[in-house]
Amino acid sequence: MAIENADIEKIAVLARLQVDPNEINDYTNSISSILSLIDQMQQVDTNGIEPLSNPHDATQRLREDIVTCDNQRDAFIAIAPATQDGLYLVPKVLD
Amino acid sequence: MTWEIVIGLEIHVQLATKTKLFSGAKIGFGAAPNTQTTLVDLGMPGALPVFNEAALRMAVTFGTAIDAQVCKHSVFARKNYFYPDSPKGYQTSQMDHPIVGLGHLDIQLEDGTTKRIGVTRAHLEEDAGKSLHEDYDGMTGIDLNRSSTPLLEIVSEPDMRSAKEAVAYMRKMHAIVTTIGISDGNMAQGSMRCDANVSLRPKGQEKLGTRTELKNINSFKFIERAINIEVERQIDILEDGGKIVQETRLYDADKNETRPMRSKEEANDYRYFPCPDLLPIEIDDAYIEAIRQSLPELPDQRSARFVSTLGLSEYGAAVLSSSRHLADYFEAVVDVCDDAKLSANWVMGEVAKYMNQNNIEIEQCPVSAARLGQLICRIKDDTINGKGAKTVFEGLWNQTGEVDEIIASSGLKQVNDVFAIDLMVDEVIANNPKQVAQYLEAQEDKRGKMLGFFMGQVMKASKGSANPGQVNGLLAKKLNALC
Repeated sequence: MAIENADIEKIAVLARLQVDPNEINDYTNSISSILSLIDQMQQVDTNGIEPLSNPHDATQRLREDIVTCDNQRDAFIAIAPATQDGLYLVPKVLD
Repeated sequence: MTWEIVIGLEIHVQLATKTKLFSGAKIGFGAAPNTQTTLVDLGMPGALPVFNEAALRMAVTFGTAIDAQVCKHSVFARKNYFYPDSPKGYQTSQMDHPIVGLGHLDIQLEDGTTKRIGVTRAHLEEDAGKSLHEDYDGMTGIDLNRSSTPLLEIVSEPDMRSAKEAVAYMRKMHAIVTTIGISDGNMAQGSMRCDANVSLRPKGQEKLGTRTELKNINSFKFIERAINIEVERQIDILEDGGKIVQETRLYDADKNETRPMRSKEEANDYRYFPCPDLLPIEIDDAYIEAIRQSLPELPDQRSARFVSTLGLSEYGAAVLSSSRHLADYFEAVVDVCDDAKLSANWVMGEVAKYMNQNNIEIEQCPVSAARLGQLICRIKDDTINGKGAKTVFEGLWNQTGEVDEIIASSGLKQVNDVFAIDLMVDEVIANNPKQVAQYLEAQEDKRGKMLGFFMGQVMKASKGSANPGQVNGLLAKKLNALC
């Protein structure tokens, strides 16, 4: 599967990663080669094999619905870069 | 051109668990910001989610209540998007393997018929936090208390054909989730909200038209208004030869209009994949069956019982069972006064009227079921008549006292004294010779109607307190004796 520079730019936006325009070609090439490895893996006959959603042969453990954590706001707030009135502050977002 | 409206709803129900979907943090409305969070809810690296059994049980309960396929194998998936009130950078949800599969729900239409609406699926997911855009020195404030609160997203088939059907579906869903106790159903606090997918197609055409999605509607009234206004907008565009753009729109209740949300660039590219932090959920038939056996009486069953054992009309039974609280209130009134029909008339009449005028739900009704029951007892034992009872009800609504106190202090006690009524009837006949003469000249079949004038005069003379049945009988007897 071939990808183009534009795909890299789009993925970078979705992942909120800043990519140096000079490096886009490198990324396109290396990710393309990863995808061709996957293409190769796709050749394997997987008929009759259940898709795997988790590699562990185990099922989800359940938790009883009881409160186990107290309010630890002061401790959490202490490691945040910016807070006010108990809120975490982040750069302005609209929409 | 005649257009057919096609509507599908996605309803988000906040599950009434004590703690979060993936952490042991408490859930409570209105707590101080960020006091109900753990490292898991904050999305700290390395903090692992642990799934809440109560949320699973509630989802399965819902599945059995709508007779849906409950999936013994379900999987959590990551829905990836960036927004600061979702610190992990993804929402834990379900995609390919939801906990609840195909089901259905029957709604009652205004013409009395029943329509079956398909439920495509229902899946578990976590809620996001809240962004506060007020001014924090040019920054946005984030409160993560709501983060990881369990939601059940219930997706319908595009089976509804009018805004009214959509409201009926939402009401029925509300009745079910509150009856089975998986949510408090408080729409004002966001415990139940819906997105509506709306499209139009020429009547008779099979292929669906392009749809728009109306986001985050949080009241029954707004569902109807938002859909109707969006339908009008789409008709205008289509009849002018235009095309509908598939987009997400917001309903603005103040302006009564829908408008496009600022498009998040490629927001729909969520790149779902199975969540590696959570293992597949496996449940067995015994687990599902035990839950099915413990289901309480569901709204449709309750409605049927109101008809079969209380003798209500289909319509009355459907209205009264439309919410668990309303049905509970009605049954509590019947318990006190032992008269289902009068109770139904009062709950659907005066109680509903006052609730509408004051824009409140039955849970906030200031007249308790016990008091309304006592009031109906006073009608039945002839202490007051129906008209007087309405005045007493007004007093109860305004909390001016108990039933018997209001009756005593307002002089509404019905006059059942035959001699007193006899005197008033004679007086009215004596004072209105012209009307008496007309009555005597009239054809017999017209007289019944003419009696109303004299009834009114006597009731007026008694200040509304005379027993209307007795007045009617005496008047007819005395007037007919003059013939």
